[in-house]
Parts: sequence; structure tokens; C-alpha cells
Amino acid sequence: MDNMNLTLKIWRQKGANDKGKMVDYNVADISEHMSFLEMMDVLNEQLVNTGEEPVAFDHDCREGICGSCSMFINGEAHGPVKGTTTCQLHMRSFNDGDTIYIEPFRAKAFPVLKDLVVDRSSFDRIQHSGGFISVNTSGNTQDANATPIPKHDADLAMDAAACIGCGACVATCKNSSAMLFVGAKVSQYALLPQGKVEAKDRAQNMVAQMDAEGFGNCTNTGACEVECPKGISLSNIARMNREFLSGSMG
Amino acid sequence: MSSNKQGLSSIGRKVIMALTGFFLMFFLLQHLSINMMSVFSSDMFNEVSHFMGTNPVVQYALQPVLIFSVIFHFVWGMYLEYQNSQAREVKYAMYKGSANASWMSRNMIISGLAVLAFLALHFYDFWIPEINVKYIQGDMSGMLPGADHYRYHEELVHKFAGQPIRVALYVLSFVMLSLHLLHGFQSSFQSVGYNSTKYTPVIKKLGNAFAIAVPAGFVVVALVHFFSH
Repeated sequence: MDNMNLTLKIWRQKGANDKGKMVDYNVADISEHMSFLEMMDVLNEQLVNTGEEPVAFDHDCREGICGSCSMFINGEAHGPVKGTTTCQLHMRSFNDGDTIYIEPFRAKAFPVLKDLVVDRSSFDRIQHSGGFISVNTSGNTQDANATPIPKHDADLAMDAAACIGCGACVATCKNSSAMLFVGAKVSQYALLPQGKVEAKDRAQNMVAQMDAEGFGNCTNTGACEVECPKGISLSNIARMNREFLSGSMG
Repeated sequence: MSSNKQGLSSIGRKVIMALTGFFLMFFLLQHLSINMMSVFSSDMFNEVSHFMGTNPVVQYALQPVLIFSVIFHFVWGMYLEYQNSQAREVKYAMYKGSANASWMSRNMIISGLAVLAFLALHFYDFWIPEINVKYIQGDMSGMLPGADHYRYHEELVHKFAGQPIRVALYVLSFVMLSLHLLHGFQSSFQSVGYNSTKYTPVIKKLGNAFAIAVPAGFVVVALVHFFSH
């Protein structure tokens, strides 16, 4: 494929209190081998060269494992390719002459800080409220491998722990619900014996924090599971519901 | 379902939506089975209708639970929809909902409000006259005035025979109910925490069958009485 010329419609917002608006940009000669973030780098160089403010966006590892890059691209979290973060989305998924909408992840609990950068620290606060286990660190800590764990449970816990906390589930959910994230974080401990110590309170506390942050209610549309770059399953939400209910009855 | 400062938790809310949903689905099945009798035997339909309309357990235990479930499911559903809309203050310029979720799952409020509008018509047609005759006029006999048989089957037929607009509204409403159930049936199981690799696919298939067959059954009853009289 020849290199592409694209029209970008990007959300620009100077700061948290600015109203913000969509602004049109043109980029030319974009290679299909570039990642989406590299295309954004090209745009930013262009903006810097013309004395304009570059577009702020989150990124870190650019390997699809850190969960930093966000962006709502053409109506979908992380763009049109499933199971992919924005850094792993390549320009070959687009065509010459395309118009691409680029917006920040939107939720009341993810306030925009600048342009495409949102504050996802609400996830951190949920994690702090119960996403941990108690381990004796006095020096005679038992080897983790000494505790037998069924392979099936270990696999499911590992699948849940694959969540990188990127927030695509919230961004894509029509209700801005964080239940897939919280479901994964509850499940990765609920499935393991080490997680049993706080099991009674974990789901209770994490759900209370999730609600306090202003995330919406889950209506089981399943959009989160489809858009999750790590393929976190809805079954984790069901497990969280069970953990929550058993915790509230105990 | 412990509550926090904001009242019931988000999981508590969805569990209550699911439990009232389960009860309403059970009610639909019961309602349909009695309606079906009207197609095959007017006597049987009359007998069962009279039993349901006068039995104290049905009238004073099940009916209040039903009314509570209906009101709760609707009011709570609308409240949740409002709350969810508040969770995203600035909307997306472009949002492709169809890329990752079904129309049914994204528009439960539309199908739900359509069913609520239908309920208003249905109450006007059947429930309010029934309450009027039994509890305001105090006629618990169930007999047709000036005749020696029950009134229920004739009242039912009377509502549909020669009434194309009402029949059309009923058909349209049951299409909306079907769309609501296509998501609601399987969603209820997920909400109460049931999700298994083995049985969830079965529940989804069963849910689709229920969501199509039950509303279709109600439509058939209305059409039979429309065309056969």
C-alpha cells in the first residue's frame, strides 16, 4: 500500500477546567507500518514545527503491556482492532483518505487532564481498597509453591491478572461501568488460597470504592469483554457478584 | 447487598433487577399458559381464570408481589438508566456501540418503556375493569350478567374480535418484549453471579427460545381471537 494522507479529528482541551473541542488536522505520507502512536508522533512533530501545542496523550511501554495508552479511536476504545492496545494498532488498519476521530476515554470517574490524557487514579483507589493479600513478611515467609493450587484455578487467576488496568472497559461501556476491571482484580485473588484471608471484605470494599468514584452500573452488554485488549472474560464479573453476595451475607 | 453511603451498592441494584426480572419471566410463562387455554377450551379458560381471580393466595399474596415486582423493575430500571447517563458527562463525538454489543442489550430502556406503555393499555383493557367488578362493585361470582356462565372468555374475545388496531398494538408490544427478553433472560443469570463455560451457552440458547416463543404465544392468542370471530 502507498503511504496515506489522513484527516484527524482530535479532542483538544488545554486543562482540566477547559471546555475543550474537536479540532481537525491533516497528516500526510503516513506509512502503513507505523503504529498509531507513531502516527501521533508525526502529527506532534508537525505541530511543534509550526509553533503549535502538540497533542498530549498517554504512552509508556509501547509494547501493549503497560496499559498507559488510551484513546477512543473512531468510536472504539483502542481503535477498530480487537484485543489490541493503541500502541499495537497499526496504520495498515486504515485507508488513504480516511477521517479518524480521536477522543479521550470518557467517564465521570476518568476526568480529562489535557487533550487525550485522562486521570485514571480512580482505578488505583479501587485497588488500594481491597486489591491486595496479607503476607507474613517477618522473614519466615512460606514459599508460594508450597501451597498446592489446582491448575485450573491457577490458570483462571492468571487470566484475570492479565488485566493491565487500561480502562478500555470503562471507556467502551455505555454506562461507564468499571465492573470488568474490578471483576478481574477481585478474581485474581478470589481463585487463590492466598486471597482467602481478605475474601469477605475484598469485593465489598472494592465495589464500595468503585461506586464512590462515580462509575456507572453494569447492564451486562458485554462490550467491555469485546474491547478488552487482554480478553478479560465477563465470567470475572459474575465471580465478583458471587464474592460480593457471599461477603454481604457472611 | 450491604449498603453504603449512597444506598444500595451497584451489585445490589443489579441483583434486584435480576430477581424481579426472574419473577416477571415466571409470571409471563404462567400468564401465557392460561391464555393458551382460551384457544383450546373456553370452559377450561373460564374455570382457571375464575380460580386465579378469586383464590386468596393468588389475589392477596402473589398479586401484591407481582405489582411490587412490576413497579420496582420499571422504576429502578429508569433510575439506573438515569444514573448511568450521569456517569459520562461529556459524550463521545463518535461512538460505535454496535461494534461490541447487541442492540437489545444497549436499548433495554427503549424496549422496557415500550412494554410499560403496553401495560398501561393492558391494565385499561383488563386489569382495571377486573378490579372494578370484583373489589368496587363487589361481584365475585365471575358470572356474565344475565347468563349462566363465566364472563372471562367472552371478555377476552371481545377485546380482540374486530379490533385490528388493538391487535396491532399488542403484536408490536410483544415484539418489544421479545427484544427485552433476548437480553434480559441471560443477563439475569450473570447478574446473580452465575456464569459457567458449560452451562452459560445453554442458558443463552434457552433464553433466546424463551424470548421468542413466549411473546409469540401471546401474539398467537390475540390473532386467533381476532381471526376466528
